[in-house]
Amino acid sequence: MTGTVWDIFILLVKVVGVFAALMVTVLLTIWLERRIVAFMQTRVGPNRVGPFGVLQTLADGIKLFFKEDVRPSNADKLLYGVAPVIMMIPAFLAFSVIPFGFAFGSERAQLADLNVGLLFVLAMGSLQVYGIVLAGWASGSNYPLLGAVRSSAQMISYEIAQGLSLVGVFMTAGTLSAAGIVAAQQGDPLLGFIPRWYVIFQFPLFLVFLLSGIAETNRAPFDLPEAESELVGGYHTEYSGVKFALFFLAEYLNIVTVSAVATTAFLGGPDGPAPDFLPWLWPILWFAAKVFFFIFIFIWLRATLPRLRFDRLMDFGWKVLIPVALAWVAVTAVVLVVDVNLPRPVLLGAIGVLLALLLLSFLLPSSDKEKADRTAPGGSTP
Amino acid sequence: MNGQEVAFLILAVIGGLAGLLVVTSRNVVHAALYLVVALASVAGVYLLLAAPFVAFVQVIIYVGAIVVLILFGIMLTRAPVGRRVLDNTLRARVGAFVVGAGVFIMFTVFLGGAFGDERIENQGATATEALGESLFRNYVLPFEAVSVLLLAALIGAIVLARRD
Repeated sequence: MTGTVWDIFILLVKVVGVFAALMVTVLLTIWLERRIVAFMQTRVGPNRVGPFGVLQTLADGIKLFFKEDVRPSNADKLLYGVAPVIMMIPAFLAFSVIPFGFAFGSERAQLADLNVGLLFVLAMGSLQVYGIVLAGWASGSNYPLLGAVRSSAQMISYEIAQGLSLVGVFMTAGTLSAAGIVAAQQGDPLLGFIPRWYVIFQFPLFLVFLLSGIAETNRAPFDLPEAESELVGGYHTEYSGVKFALFFLAEYLNIVTVSAVATTAFLGGPDGPAPDFLPWLWPILWFAAKVFFFIFIFIWLRATLPRLRFDRLMDFGWKVLIPVALAWVAVTAVVLVVDVNLPRPVLLGAIGVLLALLLLSFLLPSSDKEKADRTAPGGSTP
Repeated sequence: MNGQEVAFLILAVIGGLAGLLVVTSRNVVHAALYLVVALASVAGVYLLLAAPFVAFVQVIIYVGAIVVLILFGIMLTRAPVGRRVLDNTLRARVGAFVVGAGVFIMFTVFLGGAFGDERIENQGATATEALGESLFRNYVLPFEAVSVLLLAALIGAIVLARRD
């Protein structure tokens, strides 16, 4: 009996720990974003509250929690209140299958090792559309509705690319479990210095995952559902106070979760050189460092790229990302089955670089003829 | 009753109620959301049957994609008046009743005929690998047939939607 009580206690400690760590990461991410974007635009950014302004987010959060909660008279009473919650819960749940370290003694550093681990993350991601769609619809106003329509089309399209990009990882690792995928990426470095991370063997899928991940979290340059210069605030135009805070929280939680999934699937998760001193701590530090690397990329892209037009967004998702992912899954399947003299990782890596170059060539400015086609009347979609 | 049966009962009641509300709800968007609850409770039943892969695929495909597309369609076509009651003619009601009753009778007869009072014991969680093996080895023909059917539906939809 004491065993069970102890187990439950341990589980509770881990759940609360992960929750707290996620909240702190979100606070840091928001502050980092404001500071980094400010730096890139030669501004100062928030620097008043706490050292370097790091507590600014906390102050903003407290302010939002005490603001008046306004509900438009045209809103659907129940759904208007539920939407932010629907948005936030999957964002938290998705993190529960991510291994953020190896072990604390006999306890694994992961909340639950589902044998369908990353599939669970994808499922939670697919639930998030509801938060946005319901928020937009339930507000009973036109701009949020447009944001909702945009987001449902965008998220469904990029979900396919995101799912496909993980298929190659599942195939090479031979498992869906997050801990299994991390374990499959360990081992002696190739040629003495190249780690066996899937970012190398699955490079095209890494790009596809990153791009579709940015689109799934509705971040710039894919932030059409909340395009402030076109739709006021998009799906959360009518929200204020605590409900708006929940949307904001969910958006940044999603960034952290996508970064964590990318770390797990492509960068070896908590893998990295670890001295004997404090062996449980190093994997966690490695994991955090990789996650913040991805968060930095998210912020960097936001500060750099202008928003895509909607038809280009759809073109990019359906005509570039999905074919590339499909082709690469086929290549991986062939390489995994066929017997070759070259080591498989090297072969996959070489083909991957070639395909990645092909993918990048799509990002270059299109030719004049294509431009003329695109600006022709009747060629645009809503 | 063991824990599994209690959980099934809860899921069955929620799913059944939600299914009823799908067809009685006077608001199209609410009906679509009740459909989400019904489909999600089916995913819960898959989990109880120790088939996590099928359960999460159910969530991804049905909850995460199909109903979202339904909502997308509703918003695009009758967005500002989305709260209106659907056309609900007598003919539609009779047709729905016939189809519903037919499916119900079919399932009761088939399942009753196949298993009767036989008690099926708990088995361990289905490995994803085993699922793939059986799908692409033993059941590959039905699988391909369904794929062709879906492709035909896709092309049909495009043909219907294109006017030029």
